[in-house]
Amino acid sequence: MNNELLLDVNNLHANVEGKEILKGINLQVRPGEVHAIMGPNGSGKSTLSMVLAGAPGYTVTDGSATFHGTDLLALSPEDRSHEGLFLSFQYPVEIPGVSMVNFMRAAVNEKRKYLRQEPLSASDFLKLMRQKRAVVELDNKLASRSVNEGFSGGEKKRNEIFQMAVLEPSLSILDETDSGLDIDALRIVAGGVNKLKTQDNATIVITHYQRLLDYIKPDFVHVLYKGRIVMTGGPELALELEEKGYDWIKEMSSNE
Amino acid sequence: MSSILQYTELYRDNAELIDKGSAPVLNKLRRQAFETLSETASFPAKHTEGFEKTSIEDLFAPDYGINILRKNLPVNLAATFRCDVPRMSTLTGFVVNDAFIPGHDIERKLPEGVIFCSLAKAAEQYPGLVEKHYGRLAPAGDATVALNNMLVQDGVFIYIPRNVIVERPIQIVNIFSSPIPLMALRRILVVAEQGAKASILVCDHTNDTTQNYLSSQIIEIFAGPGSDIGFYDMEESSPLTSRYSRLFASQQQDSRLLVDGITLANGKTRNDYTINLDGPNAEAMLGGMAIGSGNQHIDNNSQLTHTAPYCRSNQIFKYILDDEATGAFEGGINVSHGAIKTQAYQSNRNLLASQGARMHTKPQLLIFCDDVKCSHGATTGQLDQDALFYMRQRGISEKLAKTMLMQAFMADVIETVEMDGLRQRLHHLVEKHLHGEAAFCSDCSFTGTDHDIAPNPENSNE
Repeated sequence: MNNELLLDVNNLHANVEGKEILKGINLQVRPGEVHAIMGPNGSGKSTLSMVLAGAPGYTVTDGSATFHGTDLLALSPEDRSHEGLFLSFQYPVEIPGVSMVNFMRAAVNEKRKYLRQEPLSASDFLKLMRQKRAVVELDNKLASRSVNEGFSGGEKKRNEIFQMAVLEPSLSILDETDSGLDIDALRIVAGGVNKLKTQDNATIVITHYQRLLDYIKPDFVHVLYKGRIVMTGGPELALELEEKGYDWIKEMSSNE
Repeated sequence: MSSILQYTELYRDNAELIDKGSAPVLNKLRRQAFETLSETASFPAKHTEGFEKTSIEDLFAPDYGINILRKNLPVNLAATFRCDVPRMSTLTGFVVNDAFIPGHDIERKLPEGVIFCSLAKAAEQYPGLVEKHYGRLAPAGDATVALNNMLVQDGVFIYIPRNVIVERPIQIVNIFSSPIPLMALRRILVVAEQGAKASILVCDHTNDTTQNYLSSQIIEIFAGPGSDIGFYDMEESSPLTSRYSRLFASQQQDSRLLVDGITLANGKTRNDYTINLDGPNAEAMLGGMAIGSGNQHIDNNSQLTHTAPYCRSNQIFKYILDDEATGAFEGGINVSHGAIKTQAYQSNRNLLASQGARMHTKPQLLIFCDDVKCSHGATTGQLDQDALFYMRQRGISEKLAKTMLMQAFMADVIETVEMDGLRQRLHHLVEKHLHGEAAFCSDCSFTGTDHDIAPNPENSNE
């Protein structure tokens, strides 16, 4: 494992519609690591992912986030993507009228432009699509449709991992990727994530349940509660949470 | 004082000259039109119902010149070659200001019996045929119809005989070209006999973008029993051009009419579509698309009337407005007594891309009959912010993402176009306009070579 920090989040505070949701997040991620962030509903898990990805409507009020040495918070959402940040959405957006092919071609070529590379030729692009579809067994029929339009819950999540495979990010944030998945789809999606794992990239898995972590083995498990990481441990912490629920964490932090 | 007066005075002082530059069948309607206008207080203005957002009175108030002496004005037809539809060999005619100039060797290329020529010439050669149809759909008592009837000297005549299918699209290129401000009275008369089939493309261009122009255009379409007509009207004119175009169509039994009105670049535009389903089992599809930026103003008014039973109509109008552009849509579905089993749908959807853009919409249903299916709906909103962020997260720049979403928004209107070449070209043009690139085709990459347009040497100019 590389010791250099890929993501360094320090004392991050953020508001949504004037309400403070993140109240001082600290998180260090190194290449090759898998971090799981767990926590009860409303603790700020999704907000953290949206803030890191640069979604409009989320205001950072204090703290910093450095992404392989660059000030992440100063970048536009598209440049964060070009720099290697990928967010697998909890609710992938349907975009009627924009075909998957055009969408992916634009994404791939905009990144290449940022990296000062020539656009991919049509045949190289199609080859890339074919190759990456195999990672999550995504049906070619879906690839010819509008982005996520009419996809089932499972297909949408597979489509997220397919896009991740194409864009080869250095840091992937998977926001509730397991929600709405049956066990077979879960296995395929998790299998895709594992196939894409290298010693140079890292993954942050945001989840409610231990279930996904049976398939994607975390190195660290963090518990997010009321906008702060209140506990960090190894994979065994996830099992403990599964068994005991979140109440003891809530009690513990209210006693602090 | 109404702007009507300058026109009635012009007619009174030049009646003979106007007649001389035209044909008897057209001249016949002038006197009555003059009398109608003399008794009319004003053109429709903002206090007139249906014209709340576009005052015709104001549009026609400036003192434009009218070329009643039929002088040839210089025109660069070559510039319009670039605007031709790629990979589509069309039967082309030009209307330079208000004068028809046939494309090279056009008569030889027309299928037997098909007429596509100057309206004034047709009125001389086929007076019976023209008189039977000319001015029969546009109501003579209406002030702006009367204005056109009073002053129009030429136009375009298209006749498709019984059961003739015109394979190649017929293209009319309207061009404004004048070194001084000019008003053009334009007229298109389409007669499709029983079982005839044709596609007609009209596009408006401006040669000289530094002058003020005004076009008053009246289109009459007779769709005979079982005929199938596609009529595409595409405007790419200059910001200094104003246009009032009115289309009147009557459809007989089993006929099918597709009208697509496309505004990509303009100054002030008002388009009226009056389509009557007069024979049972007829079908009308009316598509409208407007992309406005800067100070463009686009107002479409549709009145679809079902007089006969068992007819179907569908209207879809979409606008994308940016900067300070304004749009208006008023659409009516009128179902007359006895028009049972009517199916009529109307939809108006609009995207506002800036704080300054404005859209006014007024969908209407008037149903005087039981046993019909009708619906209408209108929405005005902004781009889907969630979709925009999703695309940006994947690395697509905000600008490109917006363009892609707007193109997607227009896709269903573009898909109504049944001419393959035109549909592809529209996708390309829409993309260009949404990118804010050249409002005109000056840098068009489709400079195909498949044109056989050349002005008739007799009519071309210095």
